[in-house]
Amino acid sequence: MANKDYAFYPGCTSHYRGSASNYLVSVESMCRTLDVKLTQIPDWNCCGASVSYAGSGELARHVINARNFALAEQHLPGRDVVATCAACWLNARESKEQLDASAGLLADTNEALKEAGLRYQGIASVRHMVEVLIEDLGYEELGRHVVKPLEGVKFAGYVGCQTNRPFGIAGESFENPVYLDKLVETVGGQAVADYDQKVTCCGGALAVSEPEKSQAQIKDIVESAYDHGADMIVTPCPLCQANVEIYQADVNQRYGTKFNMPVTYYSQLMTVAYGGSAEEAALDGQIIRATRLEEIAATPGKR
Amino acid sequence: MPTALNEQALARYRNDFLREVEERVDEGGWVKMCMQCGVCAGSCPFGPHWEHSPQKIFMMIRAGKREEVLASDSMWMCTSCYNCVVRCPRKLPITTIMHGLATYAHRLGLAPKRQPTRDFSVIFWENFTRNGRANEIRLMLRLWFRDGFGAGIRKALAMKEVGLGMLRAKRMSPFEIFGGHGVKDVKGFQAMIRKAQEIEDRKRGFSK
Amino acid sequence: MAEMKTAAYVCQGCGLGERLSTQQLAQVAQKEGKMALVREHPFLCSAAGVQAIRDDIEKDGVTHIAIAACSRRAKTEAFHFPAVAMSRANLREGVIWSQPDTEAARETTQEMADDYVRMACAEVKKMKAPAGNPEAARNTRLLVVGGGISGMTAALEASKAGYPVTLVEKTAALGGWAAKLWKRTPAREPFQAPAETGVAAMIEAVRADPNIEVRLSSTIARTSGAPGRFSVAIATESGGAATEDFGAIVQASGFSLYDASKLPELGFGKSPNVVDQAGLERLAREAAAGNAPIRRPSDDGEVKTVVFVQCAGQRDATGEHLPYCSGHCCATSIKQAMYFKDANPAVDTVVLYTDLRVPGNGEDFYRSGQSKGVVFTKGAVSAVEPAGNACSVRFRDLILDEDATIENADLVVLATGQVPNSGVDIEKVAQNEPGEWQPDANSVLNLVYRQGKDLPLLRHGFSDSHFICFPYETRRTGIYAAGPVRRPMDIAQAVEDATGAALKAIQAAENAALGRAAHPRSGDLSFPIVRLDGCTQCKRCTVECPFGAIDEDEKRYPVFNESRCRRCGTCMGACPVRVISFENYSVDTVGAQLKAVDVPDEFSEKPRILVLACENDAYPALDMAGMARRTYSAFVRIIPVRCLGSVNTIWVSDALNSGYDGVMLMGCKHGDDYQCHFVKGSELANYRMSKIDDTLKQMALETERVATYEVAITDIERAPRLIDEYAAKIAEIGMSPLKGFA
Repeated sequence: MANKDYAFYPGCTSHYRGSASNYLVSVESMCRTLDVKLTQIPDWNCCGASVSYAGSGELARHVINARNFALAEQHLPGRDVVATCAACWLNARESKEQLDASAGLLADTNEALKEAGLRYQGIASVRHMVEVLIEDLGYEELGRHVVKPLEGVKFAGYVGCQTNRPFGIAGESFENPVYLDKLVETVGGQAVADYDQKVTCCGGALAVSEPEKSQAQIKDIVESAYDHGADMIVTPCPLCQANVEIYQADVNQRYGTKFNMPVTYYSQLMTVAYGGSAEEAALDGQIIRATRLEEIAATPGKR
Repeated sequence: MPTALNEQALARYRNDFLREVEERVDEGGWVKMCMQCGVCAGSCPFGPHWEHSPQKIFMMIRAGKREEVLASDSMWMCTSCYNCVVRCPRKLPITTIMHGLATYAHRLGLAPKRQPTRDFSVIFWENFTRNGRANEIRLMLRLWFRDGFGAGIRKALAMKEVGLGMLRAKRMSPFEIFGGHGVKDVKGFQAMIRKAQEIEDRKRGFSK
Repeated sequence: MAEMKTAAYVCQGCGLGERLSTQQLAQVAQKEGKMALVREHPFLCSAAGVQAIRDDIEKDGVTHIAIAACSRRAKTEAFHFPAVAMSRANLREGVIWSQPDTEAARETTQEMADDYVRMACAEVKKMKAPAGNPEAARNTRLLVVGGGISGMTAALEASKAGYPVTLVEKTAALGGWAAKLWKRTPAREPFQAPAETGVAAMIEAVRADPNIEVRLSSTIARTSGAPGRFSVAIATESGGAATEDFGAIVQASGFSLYDASKLPELGFGKSPNVVDQAGLERLAREAAAGNAPIRRPSDDGEVKTVVFVQCAGQRDATGEHLPYCSGHCCATSIKQAMYFKDANPAVDTVVLYTDLRVPGNGEDFYRSGQSKGVVFTKGAVSAVEPAGNACSVRFRDLILDEDATIENADLVVLATGQVPNSGVDIEKVAQNEPGEWQPDANSVLNLVYRQGKDLPLLRHGFSDSHFICFPYETRRTGIYAAGPVRRPMDIAQAVEDATGAALKAIQAAENAALGRAAHPRSGDLSFPIVRLDGCTQCKRCTVECPFGAIDEDEKRYPVFNESRCRRCGTCMGACPVRVISFENYSVDTVGAQLKAVDVPDEFSEKPRILVLACENDAYPALDMAGMARRTYSAFVRIIPVRCLGSVNTIWVSDALNSGYDGVMLMGCKHGDDYQCHFVKGSELANYRMSKIDDTLKQMALETERVATYEVAITDIERAPRLIDEYAAKIAEIGMSPLKGFA
């Protein structure tokens, strides 16, 4: 019997060989250590992300999120839905809050869901993986499994937008959330205390459609990490991770910078600190190699 | 089609653009609650780029500046960072309103032409509704090639390094081009979306 | 009075015994202070210590006591001996807590304590235990002037507290402005819709109250006297007048609406469709009476669009109109827009504002207006142009930064401001000469006071109130301004204001009955005593008294009205021949203290600096500095004064003649944003000290030897620093050449 049982909503980027496959792999490794059981919602669908609005009004977007809830209620009853992707969590939670608050909207939604033979009862709730770690397990429990503290590594905790706003994690401040820094410290790393780009937007989906404008944002985010002496950036959001990592080459070209700042997930830090291998932490999934983490993963340690 | 819808809207609401927004735009009922403090304008990461701040957009709606609002590029500049939302003293769901205005402007055919995020948004919607999940590689290809084959190749070449990096990092799979992952019940998924749009259209007076 | 028997008590508690030689202090009290009885006690404020003092008073007939212990601001309940004259030597806060506990400092610390004991002994011998005001009179009937919401509230609240009231109203009906409203802004949860005014019920309550006597169509023809014995002539329209006596007065004379005809550019007077807020209330009441919607005045047509113009003739920077914000008008316009929206949501209502200000719970009301569809547009209106039955409203849209026009407005409502009904401006309208007094038809109170017929005005023509610290106080003791005559306000605020004023009036009447001072020296039984045979009729006291307490008789001698006095001593500070004193505070009590200080010779390298510190702010700040163990120079000797206004320049020249090296005066901030508890005291002191340079030059002294400072009660860090900086300056200019001559 696993410690905790959840209905897992991995989202479109986290599948095998998706852009956040390294996130998925490391989350699975981390959860193995923490005895957290993730069971994928059968036949889950896309949450609509944040840039699909040209195609439809809000009802259709609530309906697609309600479909995932309905599937979870049907197949994995009694389990909280857990998302690893910030946008998946945000969209699902936004829909849930709207649906739970409006009987009319719920009725319309269920009328549409009926076309797929489903019904959302309003039972299932959705959590972000970070909430599970902090609220269900707690920092103490997370620290208990550390066998290789990430000593001497300095992390810029880049929280970004969508795990932070509009809902936030554990009631923390929108302007200066500290959960990521606390996670870093829990696994023995050093958190940059005054990382001023902590909640700056990386451009999100507009990194694709408005690359110049978004890369100006990304430049600030990476530059500040360098200014504060960080060895790498750590983030809870797959879009943040991708944007801040993969566009550094473009930023270098545009601004004449020489950025080469690794951008990792909290789950990778935890996997390594828990004694996992570089492969288990999916460090081979980095485009900019996180060598400090690779070194720690390579040192012999007790498991 | 868009022109006909626009004419229908004009006839229906005459000069009352605020009411039109309240009835037809997602969360449009909140527009009247703006108290014009301007905190949203100062909180937007794309502040230097858009034509009108959310504050101005809301003021323009109240002032009945229909064409200007619907043709504005501002809503297409929303990165969904929610900074304005958490800072708004009146708790307006500004992000959703901006998205809703974009939806409506696009629907009426009044949104700015060749606006890159507008095009991306359309492509994204089509991409994930095709089989229920977003397909990253097909998404990128559609986007690069939206300006024709030649431009697409140039764009693809420019992005070659990024793509190769992703391939090497096992974070991209060329096989996704052929179908790729998706939901099993595509039929039900699509029928459900069609139904939702039908209900919404009926409620918002787009159709009888 | 019986013969003086003196006693001094030296406390050894709170570390005094460890830091000081209390034995030496006792010797000083005995030998130099010439105290008949001297006792040391290990814990003077304990029950045993206090009992020892009480026994001396009761059994040994001690009449004058000097307590050498903590600050006079500490242990006031333990050291409370109203039957005797008492001085306090501040050895704790003023010496051991403000001097470093080091061997090097021991000598100067002891010298400081010795001096404070000398001073306390010298002071007490010049004091008398105050016997109380001889003109004390008890009259608990209150006069309330004005029958609006404020006046009726004051009357009802006073009555509830058991005090009879005479309510005088100029017009033929009670209700004031509120009676002209159709509805009021809501005062209760959920603050979403206009509410009943409640005026009718209030009038009914006043009418039914046997404690309240209402005089309609009446005005005040003459007011003389003082708290506890005001004599007021109430004139009726028919010409009759009856004189009645009152204990205290509440002035609730309200406001008038700013004259909208001064705003022709906003269309007022050009079309009946442009109204002020009062005009809209009238329309609303007429419509409600006929159970019909509000119609367009010009042709009785349907109203489809209403525009509200905020700040009409208000917050005006040009100097032409009102410079201030009246506070209530934004909420009033929201309320009036709801008159239309609640009846018919299809009516367009637009509020044009530059800054929407809805204090209190108005924010909820504002939101309610928004959700009802009232449109709020941030814009500055430049013109309202009536044409036929419609008006065009031209404005600058401040958000979109463009000129815009609302065409076809059926009604335009101008939110003009409140102008106080504060009577005559006593700075501009001189009082009649004694014996030639005549009432002024424009005056509200028609006071016969030397300084003028009405309450002094503070700002923008509003009646005085010391709003910095004590909002209900005025500069006319026992007369309290309430409601919009005091500052702009709405109904909810006026109700609260009038309740407070009624309670203050009751307090003033009761204090007067006991011969005690009103705030801020409430409870003080001393009062100014003038030796008229020495008076030169210079009028300084009558002119400078911040409270208008002193009148003049026909021979131009001052007439003190003790119950009007706040005991600040400004008259004492002003008097060039020093004939004004209090039993426990006089030119002599302070003069004796400063002369009692042992001034070392000029070769000692021990200068002496006299600090005259206001007891309201500077002295407590220095006490608190001691509590926080902030040290300051051991060369200062600090004497608390009631107000810097009470400082007579003789003290300064006496100090300099006695060989002091410098004099610091620490008083409250003066000017427009004054913090003086007595309003004008620190300002007058500053003025007087500006003239002292000539005296210094005559004495061949540097002008730096006298310095005036503004010190606030919060200056706990700064006050000791000022002392040290001044001490350094004195060290720089050197010792006074006048030592040893006194």
